[in-house]
Amino acid sequence: MAENATNDSVSVAHASGPGMPQLDFATFPNQIFWLVIALVAIYFILNRIALPRIAAVLAERQGALTNDLAAAEELKQRAVEAEAAYNKALADARSEASKIADETRAAMQVDLDKAIERADADIAAKAAESEARITEIKASAVRSIQEVAADVAGDIVAAVAPGQKVDAKALAAAVATRVKG
Amino acid sequence: MASESTNTTGIQSKGNGRVIAYGLIALAVVLFGLAYADGYGKLAIAPMDQFKVTPLFGGDTIAWYTPTNVTFWLGMSILSIFALMVMGTRGRAVIPSRGQSMAELAYGFVRKMVEDVAGKDALPYFPFIFTAFLFILSANFLGLIPSSFTTTSHIAVTAILAMGVFLTVTVVGFVKSGFGFLSLFWVASAPLALRPVLAIIELISYFVRPVSHSIRLAGNLMAGHAVLKVFAGFAGAMGLAGIAPILGVVAIYGLEMLVSAIQAYVFTILTCVYLKDALHPHH
Repeated sequence: MAENATNDSVSVAHASGPGMPQLDFATFPNQIFWLVIALVAIYFILNRIALPRIAAVLAERQGALTNDLAAAEELKQRAVEAEAAYNKALADARSEASKIADETRAAMQVDLDKAIERADADIAAKAAESEARITEIKASAVRSIQEVAADVAGDIVAAVAPGQKVDAKALAAAVATRVKG
Repeated sequence: MASESTNTTGIQSKGNGRVIAYGLIALAVVLFGLAYADGYGKLAIAPMDQFKVTPLFGGDTIAWYTPTNVTFWLGMSILSIFALMVMGTRGRAVIPSRGQSMAELAYGFVRKMVEDVAGKDALPYFPFIFTAFLFILSANFLGLIPSSFTTTSHIAVTAILAMGVFLTVTVVGFVKSGFGFLSLFWVASAPLALRPVLAIIELISYFVRPVSHSIRLAGNLMAGHAVLKVFAGFAGAMGLAGIAPILGVVAIYGLEMLVSAIQAYVFTILTCVYLKDALHPHH
């Protein structure tokens, strides 16, 4: 079997012509002719259509990337600016608020002072009035006591010495000196 | 496996079911193919047949203008590049769609490579380098479609690419620095006695550049595709046991995808290195 096989292969190899078709120089002009045509065709396809197109796409992509990066940078810059503006506004608002608070406090203080002054004056007037009335009441009380004392003294004199005339004026004077005494 | 592990638990059963269904379909196709294969029981491997240049519309002669399978797959390369770089970017969106992301990724990848390796003054050559990169990448990956034709596995194609780079770089070097370009071969940092010897070595290595540049690419792809074909041939010859080489094909296919991308990258970065030598010939 093996022997047969090798014999067959040899015979087939002989039948299929001498060696390598690569060295059959008769086909060379044909191959070279068509190869040159193919290479020229490929070169024109690439150089005229494919390469400019791919180069354009790559350039466009690069441009898009650059633009996007620049836009991102600009947006970042604007965000920083916005933050600064926000902080400034916040500080302004704080100082404004404290100013308003101060003004309000000062105005209220003025009002308060006025009100306290008025209240003090009222209180002083009322106190003076009350004092006057107290003095008056005291005086009237003293007078009443003197009258009562004179009456009681008259009654005592009548009881101790009946028939004796009581001089009202002398009695009143005596009581007055006693009360003062 | 990948979908299994990346699925969350909620949809895992559904993902598992789909994986199993695809697996069963693939298995059925493989078993059917194995059972009814032409060369059943025979080892009929012709790994180089896939590289044959054949006329597209019948006939035996291949003149220089005959449309061949080379023409067809070069056209597919153009179409796939058009789909990725033009249709994919038609939205011109600032936030890209998936297709546009891939196009921009490819653009940025090669542009950065040119700028880093060859310097800023190499950017005018970026469209040419990008053309080469996209052509090699698309041709390599299109070649991985089963029963397709890999244009970059042919030395004629890679030699033209490499010679184009070599001639451009040499002309640019002489135009930019005149005879100063020859200082590329005169290693000023070496001892004076060694310099002539080094100059000869540098000169040889300079002229070997296009050879290695082209053979590296074509050789990698040719070898990978031949290995795939050999394994596929084993699978055809071994009947149901062919499942083992099929697993091998799957593994090598994964490797070939890696090679496809890496070889496109290697070709491009070497182009940048050569261009740097031309623009800045002083060591």
